[in-house]
Amino acid sequence: MADAKERKLPAPAISPETQPYWDAAAKGKLLVRKCTSCGEAHHYPRTICPFCFSDKTEWVEASGKGTIYSYSVMRRAPVPYAIAYVTLAEGPRMVTNIVDCDFDKLKCEQAVKLVFKPTEDGPPLPMFTPA
Amino acid sequence: MSIKGKAYIAGICEHPTRLATDLSLAQIHAEVAKGALEDAGLTKDDVDGYFCAGDAPGLGPMSMVEYMGLRPRHVDSTDTGGSSYILHVGHAAEAIAAGKCKVALITLAGRPRAEGMATGTVPRSRGGTPTPDEPFEFPYGPTVVNMYAQCAMRHMYEFGTTSEQLAWIKVAASHHAQYNPHALLKNVVTVEEVVNSPMISDPLHRLDCCVITDGGGAIVVVAPEIAAKLKRPKVKVLGASEFIKTQMGGKVDLTYSGARFTGPAAFAEAGVKPSDIKYASIYDSFTITVLMQLEDLGFCEKGKGGQFVADGNLISGVGKLPFNTDGGGLCSNHPANRGGLTKVLEAVRQLRGEAHPKVQVPNCDLAVAHGTGGSLGLRHGSATVILERE
Ligand SMILES: [Zn+2]
Repeated sequence: MADAKERKLPAPAISPETQPYWDAAAKGKLLVRKCTSCGEAHHYPRTICPFCFSDKTEWVEASGKGTIYSYSVMRRAPVPYAIAYVTLAEGPRMVTNIVDCDFDKLKCEQAVKLVFKPTEDGPPLPMFTPA
Repeated sequence: MSIKGKAYIAGICEHPTRLATDLSLAQIHAEVAKGALEDAGLTKDDVDGYFCAGDAPGLGPMSMVEYMGLRPRHVDSTDTGGSSYILHVGHAAEAIAAGKCKVALITLAGRPRAEGMATGTVPRSRGGTPTPDEPFEFPYGPTVVNMYAQCAMRHMYEFGTTSEQLAWIKVAASHHAQYNPHALLKNVVTVEEVVNSPMISDPLHRLDCCVITDGGGAIVVVAPEIAAKLKRPKVKVLGASEFIKTQMGGKVDLTYSGARFTGPAAFAEAGVKPSDIKYASIYDSFTITVLMQLEDLGFCEKGKGGQFVADGNLISGVGKLPFNTDGGGLCSNHPANRGGLTKVLEAVRQLRGEAHPKVQVPNCDLAVAHGTGGSLGLRHGSATVILERE
């Protein structure tokens, strides 16, 4: 069984716009950006809402619950890993990895929960593991 | 304003190489440009419009305009990845219809094999200032293959599509490639061979993937009054459309491509239906790419693509919809990891009646070329063009 412990994860490039997201990640919290004009949450986070173009957006903490929308196990990598889209309970789907599990048992629509994995020299990455 | 009938494809060229160790990138662009102009019966000095994308060396069109000694009064270096050159045919027709140029040259070239590029299986950062999406994707290891694979995985989950059905797409391409002396893979393969080839990224096997090749191609699009003076069979541009499909702020839907929008728009402009089409060039970076685009273009109902492609239905002379009769990107050529231009080339060969006799579609008077560029599973550019033999 391969997991993220053996895999080196590059640090994300942080911009002023997304600094709070990564500061929260360092504290074990996943943030999503929500628009107070149209009420929709989006991902990846933006200052201007991609649905209604309002600038009235704010950070909200995600519950960490989600389901696998789709996934693929990258067999042709030095350490095989599972990339996925996870549908957050808050609505948006995000690119992530599914970790600490038997890759051969993954399924679409499977329930997953939030975990964080360290990067080489940056904030940890939000990932998911079977719930 | 419509572009219908306002422009013709007068010249084409596909570089015969698949490994360009001894050729420079600019040289390949120029060689295919020369080939396409000679095919049309035109000269370099007739060119007054130049189109290229991110594979061209230098900033936009500038280095290649200088290298080839062109003097264009209209340029366009719109880059939507591998679909760029299909989009360029539409843009060239628009420019010609608007009187901005009369002879438009489109070139593509690349040397990923000679440069030892890990094309599909290693995550690629673009370098420089990160794109806004990059911090939220790149650290997780998205590659070309594993993002297309997620589209296949979801398609299988929602519609029951099988690996065997996907394999039929490669099988059909291989049946065509056996007649193309330049094809990288000329061996006919079976469904069993495809599904038993090594798993690269579930559910895509090695033989679900396209080839990696060096090479290039060029297209010359001209105004009607120029086409009228030339000797080659006339291929008219009937309709064109483009679209950028994204993650939509997190409302990701991997079950369809931008072809859902470009297909109906291009068919409407052309005034024809998918059922009128005699030959289809369909972008084939992976088998799943073909299946989804066929559904989205309207050749079959959404979710029924697996049944549509099975049992040799894409093989010329056997099935209902002959596709990629040059062997496509799956078997013949995917120069610069960008397969849109070669899609137009084989459509033109079919309309001229110049495809290999073993794969030539009888009385082929209407064809579609469609491409996807970028990543089907992240964000991609779609382009469709409808062509008619006059
Ligand atoms: Zn909004």
